[in-house]
Order: sequence, then structure tokens, then C-alpha cells
Amino acid sequence: MKILVSVKRVIDYNVKVRVKPDQSAVDLTNVKMSMNPFCEIAVEEAIRLKEKGVASEVVVVSVGSKSCQETLRTAMALGADRAIQVEAEDGLDSLSVAKLIAKVAQEEAADLVIMGKQAIDSDNNQTGQMVAALLDYPQATFASEVVIENGEAQVTREIDGGLQTLAITLPAVVTTDLRLNEPRFASLPNIMKAKKKPLDVKTPADLGVEVGSNVSIVSVTPPPQRAGGIKVGSVAELVDKLKNEAKVVS
Amino acid sequence: MSVLIIAEHDNKSLKPATLNTVTAATQINADVHLLVAGFECQTVVEQASQVAGVTKVLVADNAAYEHQLAENVSKLIVEVADGYEHILAPATTTGKNTLPRVAALLNVAQLSDVIKVESADTFVRPIYAGNAIATVKTTDAVKVLTVRATGFDAAASTGGSAERQVLSQVIASDRSRFVKEQLAESDRPELTAANVIISGGRGMGNGDNFKLLEGIADKLGAAIGASRAAVDAGFVPNDLQVGQTGKTVAPDLYIAVGISGAIQHLAGMKDSKVIVAINKDEEAPIFQVADYGLVADLFDAVPELEKSL
Repeated sequence: MKILVSVKRVIDYNVKVRVKPDQSAVDLTNVKMSMNPFCEIAVEEAIRLKEKGVASEVVVVSVGSKSCQETLRTAMALGADRAIQVEAEDGLDSLSVAKLIAKVAQEEAADLVIMGKQAIDSDNNQTGQMVAALLDYPQATFASEVVIENGEAQVTREIDGGLQTLAITLPAVVTTDLRLNEPRFASLPNIMKAKKKPLDVKTPADLGVEVGSNVSIVSVTPPPQRAGGIKVGSVAELVDKLKNEAKVVS
Repeated sequence: MSVLIIAEHDNKSLKPATLNTVTAATQINADVHLLVAGFECQTVVEQASQVAGVTKVLVADNAAYEHQLAENVSKLIVEVADGYEHILAPATTTGKNTLPRVAALLNVAQLSDVIKVESADTFVRPIYAGNAIATVKTTDAVKVLTVRATGFDAAASTGGSAERQVLSQVIASDRSRFVKEQLAESDRPELTAANVIISGGRGMGNGDNFKLLEGIADKLGAAIGASRAAVDAGFVPNDLQVGQTGKTVAPDLYIAVGISGAIQHLAGMKDSKVIVAINKDEEAPIFQVADYGLVADLFDAVPELEKSL
């Protein structure tokens, strides 16, 4: 079984986000970038399936400028076998990215596509579902457990209020939630080995996909700041404030 | 042109997030239609028809829609999409699961987690876990949006009298099958729906100490949450995590106990109405966003707070 995993290079989750003064976008200059946390979980899950003997090959794909090759190398250091960079401007819209990944999944004849449920920059939570729709594949989003048997994926999903289990026929798309696994760290020897693993570069034209979006950014602004609060001296004062000032406790 | 909303329900009752989505829809156009796709969902249809502002309820009642499988519901929506310029769903796990499929099938973008309607083609949505707010304009022929419930007041659940239209389409994928569902049977509310949340951080010391928070949670009807540090330390399971990579919450009252206030945690809770922080380190960044900060040892303050409530 072949697994395709998509990864996105995003601003590191520990970095404080700043909006550019011209309000056109978030400022990404000289900011630490990392693999999107949900993509890390997707890579980990694919590698575990390979280690269990369920998968035979793990291919990792990223859509973006040359710098995303670094993220692809990280995925290979973690255990992915080879990588594909689809060369495109960073920040392409979800539908365009979905079309590109769907095409790669088709060309690779991937049996399973594992993707993060959302990227922590644009927070869209839609690319995986779109890939599934474009390929007319079944999907299981927000996965917290994946079991592959008899050409099916039994996936436990995190839904509002609990868990739901679906059985979907392969080929299919799974998107990861936090509880699916705890990603490993890459060892130094594996980081060195990853440098020699194959990395192909393709363009949207190679894939026969036209990219573009009808959505434009009007502005990106900082969120309203919270007015500074006060320190209370005791639990009694706190309770009094909550009851009589904030009126959130009766 | 009319707005179509995909109703959120469990075949028994209409979920409140639908009402907030109706309010968002009425800000786009006064003619709001609700699609109820489900199985033996007659009571939901009754409730949907009474929602103030809804003019028409489309009903697809078939076993194929019982569990809201995205494969089936998305194709049903696309079949009825003709004539609508806007298709909305609450940004719940169900709406987030299905609606991007609809957008892709219609070859249009989806705008996720809309918190404000500027006009029929311009919408506001948080990005970077709410650390930046984007205003976006779309010229797509059909605008597909998920709506964050906390961004809009709920429409009145009564007062309307919508006409009904029964849909006969049955779309049943043979490649996706419902196996089971385990809904949490807790007396406590869900984190994302709770009016009050009390969360613990690394300062709790260990998992057992989270029991200290339960007394307060019981008294306030609160959900219990945790910071990533507490989850990473193995004190509590991942599903309690509030933060950028966990759950984003905006309750009326958020009590942070032993939480220093890492950026990733603040991103998940800073839209709460009132924030209380209890921490023994007076330099902790959590105090910068807290309305009421108490510098104290949580092991003294928490039991005392429980007694005083």
C-alpha cells in the first residue's frame, strides 16, 4: 500500500504573530518556520503504518516555494521515502492546493492520502475534504485512530461531543487530529540520510492544474487588544469581583 | 438571492449553532432556507420551520443521511445548490467535514469560521488562531461559508412559519459506512460549548491534582480544560487541550489555574469574556490578558475559591 502525506511549512506555533503595518498580511520575515503540527502527526501516522508492514512506501508532498523543500527533508528524516515539491507561490488557496495534491495522488496511485486537519496559519480546515471531493474518494476527517484492514480504513473521528467511527473503502483521504499520535523527533543520522533521499520538483503546469482564486484579502489586522486587568489581593476579593463587577458568577 | 443553510442536528433536535448561522444569513439576505438532511428527523423539521427568519425548509429524510456522512450530504447539497448564491453551515465538526466537499464540487472557495458579515461578498474571519483578523472578498458565483457560532447572536427559535419542501434525492455512497458513535456522557458541558471553563496548566504538578478543579467545575457548571504543557507532561489527555493546536474557546468566564500563558495557549482562549488567572509567578504572561489576576499558590487558592463560591 502506498501512502501520500501532504505537509505545509508554516510559522512555528510558538512564534508571536505580527501583522504588517500596511495590513496586507502577517509578517513572515525573519520568523521561525516549522512543519505544521497537524502535518507532523500525518507523517508520523504514515511512518507507523509502514513500520507495521501495512504500507510499503510513504511519499510526502508539499506545495510552495523552494523553502518548503526544508519541510520535505524533515519529513524524510522522520521516515518518509521520497518527496515531491509542487513549485508554487506560498499561500496558494486551499482549492488550488487540493487540485494539485489530488493530481499527485492520482499520478502516484496512492491508496491512502493522510493530511493534517488544518494548517495553523490560514486555519481553513478544508484541503483534505476538497482532495477527497475532487477524487470522489471517501474521507475520514479529524482522525484519532486509524486501523487498516481488508482494503478499508476504520477511522475513529473526534466530533463535537465525542467520537465517531467510520469504515471507508480505500483509496481514501484521512485528516489528522491531535490525539492520533505523538510525533517522534528526527535523529541526526536520519537527518543526514534524508539529504540523499529523492526529491522531485513539479510545477502546476506539469500536473495540468490551473491555480488561482476569486478570493482577495481586503485587510489583515491585529485582533482587538484586551484591556489590561487588575490584580486582586485575595480569593474573597476575586469572588466579590466575579459576582458584583463582572457578574459572571451568581 | 436566497441563502441556504445546512441545519446541524442529531435527528432529534436542531442544534443551537444553527440559530447563530441563521443570524449570519439574514445579514446577507432576508430569504433564508434551511436544509434538514437526516433520518426520521421530523421533530427537527418542526423546530426548523419555527426559527424566526427562515422562510423555507428543505427536507431530505432518508437512512443515507442519518449520520451526516460527508460523501452523501455534500452531493445532496450540490444537487439543491442551484439558485443559491450563498451556502452556509455552522463551523462545527459536521459543517467543517461536509462543506469543503461542497465547495470543491462547485469549484469555488470556502471561507471558514466567518465571524462577521461585512456585505454579501465580504466577510471577516480569524486566521493564525485568532492572532490576526482577515477581511476577505470573494467574487465566486456561489459563496460557501462556515460560520463560527460565537460571532453571531442566536436567532429566535420560535416565531417563524416556514414552508416545507420535501426532497426525494437519495445519495448513498457504498464506500463510507458508519460503524459507531461514543458520545461523552459527562454531566459537564463540552469545552467548545461551555459558558464557564476552568483549565489547569503545568503548575498543577500532576494529573491527580486536576481533581482540585472538579469541585469548582461542579459548582459553576464548568468544563475542564488544560494547557498544552499539562497535556505534554501527561497530566491529562489531549482532548482537554485549549490552545492553538487544541480547542479554541470563548466562554463567559475562563479560569486559568497554574497556567503561565504561552502564546499557543492564549491563542485558544483570549476571546473569553472574563479571564481569571491564578498563578504564583506574578511575572507570568497570563496576567497580561487576565481581567482578574490572583498571585497565589494554587493549592491554597483553589480549595478556598471552591468554598467561597
